[in-house]
Amino acid sequence: MLKRLLKNPLSLTGIVLLAIFFFVALAAPWLAPPAKPCPSFVYYIVPDWILRPFMKELPCEPFRIPRDGFRATPLPPDLQAWTTFPPRLKDESGKMLHPLGTTENRYDIWYGLVWGTRTALIAGILIVGCTLLIGIILGSISGYFGGWVDSVLMRGVDFVLALPTFLMTLVILSIWGRGLDKIVLVDILFGWAGYARFVRGIILSVREREFVSGAKALGASHWHIIFRHVLPNSIYPVLILASLDIGSIVLGLSGLSFLGLGQGEDYADWGQMIAFARNRIVGVAGGDVMQYWYTWVFPGMTITLFVLAWNLLGDAVRDILDPRLRGTH
Amino acid sequence: MLGFIVRRLLFLPFLWFAITFLTFLLLEPLGPYQRVALFMNVNPEQAFGGKLTKEQLQRLIEKYGLDQPAITQYIRWIKQVFQGNFGWSKVAQKPVFEAIRERLPATFELGLYAVLPVVLIAIWLGVLSAVHHNKPIDHSLRFFSITGYSLPTFVFGIFALMIFYGILGWFPPGRLSFWAERIVYDPTQFTRYTGLNTIDALLNHRWDIFVDALRHLVLPVLTLSYLSWAGLQRVTRSSMLETLRQDYITTARAKGLTERVVILKHGLRNALIPVTTIAVPTVIGLMLSGVVITETVFNYKGLGLLSVDATLQFDVPMVLGFTLIGTSLIVLTNLLVDILYVFIDPRVRYD
Repeated sequence: MLKRLLKNPLSLTGIVLLAIFFFVALAAPWLAPPAKPCPSFVYYIVPDWILRPFMKELPCEPFRIPRDGFRATPLPPDLQAWTTFPPRLKDESGKMLHPLGTTENRYDIWYGLVWGTRTALIAGILIVGCTLLIGIILGSISGYFGGWVDSVLMRGVDFVLALPTFLMTLVILSIWGRGLDKIVLVDILFGWAGYARFVRGIILSVREREFVSGAKALGASHWHIIFRHVLPNSIYPVLILASLDIGSIVLGLSGLSFLGLGQGEDYADWGQMIAFARNRIVGVAGGDVMQYWYTWVFPGMTITLFVLAWNLLGDAVRDILDPRLRGTH
Repeated sequence: MLGFIVRRLLFLPFLWFAITFLTFLLLEPLGPYQRVALFMNVNPEQAFGGKLTKEQLQRLIEKYGLDQPAITQYIRWIKQVFQGNFGWSKVAQKPVFEAIRERLPATFELGLYAVLPVVLIAIWLGVLSAVHHNKPIDHSLRFFSITGYSLPTFVFGIFALMIFYGILGWFPPGRLSFWAERIVYDPTQFTRYTGLNTIDALLNHRWDIFVDALRHLVLPVLTLSYLSWAGLQRVTRSSMLETLRQDYITTARAKGLTERVVILKHGLRNALIPVTTIAVPTVIGLMLSGVVITETVFNYKGLGLLSVDATLQFDVPMVLGFTLIGTSLIVLTNLLVDILYVFIDPRVRYD
């Protein structure tokens, strides 16, 4: 499968782009070091919206973008920051440098995009991981046992799938307040149903195979059969397809933070940065239209490339996995 | 057939009640005092000149039954809703029902122009792509659809605004220009029959306002439809590809039917089955979130923009009102799809 993906120019582009994004996310503390180093590496990996409920005071928050003064107007990119790689965020005199300029309210775009990649991937992986876990457990129970367990669980799935997710998200955020933690929670709450149905279908097709009957005849317990025989023989397509959902999940997240429902304006989050750009797309009244191009070009391109990469890869993988279309491509 | 529709008609209200009740349950974790605060248009501590005592607050809670079990409160709330009382919106500074009635036509107008072209053009492009499978036209349409659903609504909207407003100055944001707004909201000069600016302008024979309204609609409609175009086109393409490989298509060709009849009558009609059942509800769902983002990007004063403001400012009655409208829309679409299904698929007879 990997061979076929690497041969197709579209999916190859996707893979290369994703490799870059993963590198940026992993290397964030090196590419854009926070002003003061954190006492523990935990703060670099676990975002503050996860830590907050467990800790009263956070010693450092690398996911918050440093701010250069309190003016509203954006600053253009500093070319001299690019004399080294990774670009410098401060010059010799300690003045702040902005490799890609600043957004409105003077938040550094380079810092925001680099740490925003980490935010996006952490949130995406967290959501996919949790929904998948719930989906696999409920789906296998439903498919393996069948009968009334199956009907009850599947009616639940039908109900969750019929829910207007976006509207529910708005309601929940209007009651609990905004924040990425709540958005992630809502996504998990409403996202598992599709996976559960998918897993159930796969389990149903494996359930009657000889090796399952064999295990049953040997007296294996239900759990043993599900986790040692049924799932390992059927789960890989589910894992692959689910991981490809990260692109659209991040798209949804950034849409909500674009609306102002994310972590707040200084948080490294792509949607938030686009929201800043909205007021600056036409420059100043009577002036040059392209004056503030960097405020929308860099964040807009980053998020589009990210989603595009997942979709390019996803399209190719789905074609390969879909047996009905085999041979037509 | 009739039996099926009756059964659906009974199931859909159940779905509607279940969704609204679930939404209402979300208020449960809050205490009665917090709930009082949500439904008051001022900070309770400052209400009545800061003279609101704890006893008075308690009386308010008891008067509106805010300390009662969720189901009692829900019944009370839903009764009021059916009487047209959705509560007071602090963001709109007026009753929620009135605010919705004022803003709904704007959103409806946007959706009206966005949905129909989306469905027709997307299906046409999907068929085109499938018929010319693996030809340049298929490749370019696929590329278009992949970039289409990769480009976030807000990025697309901002880029479009940049080009067509910032550089070219053709399509401004907002819903009407200032001069047009002055005329439209003046009852002596302009009668608002429907609330849809383009239609009202035609009914009032005001061509200048019609053009102005249209100019403000172009970009939001384009932004709202682009995303759904891509998705719908993709589904049509793969469904059509699947259908064209069936034996009855070969039979139809062998009978000597023209290619046009084979594709449109034997192919498309069968290919449309998954398109209607899967794609149409998806498009409606996409549109609901799309409308909110599109209206925010273009500062288009519709229901979506209002609901974002409401969400940001804890205006729960307003958000609940928006959810009611959205849920009703989804439920109705589902019913419509089921009925449509019968007409598209000759094999389906619901009895």
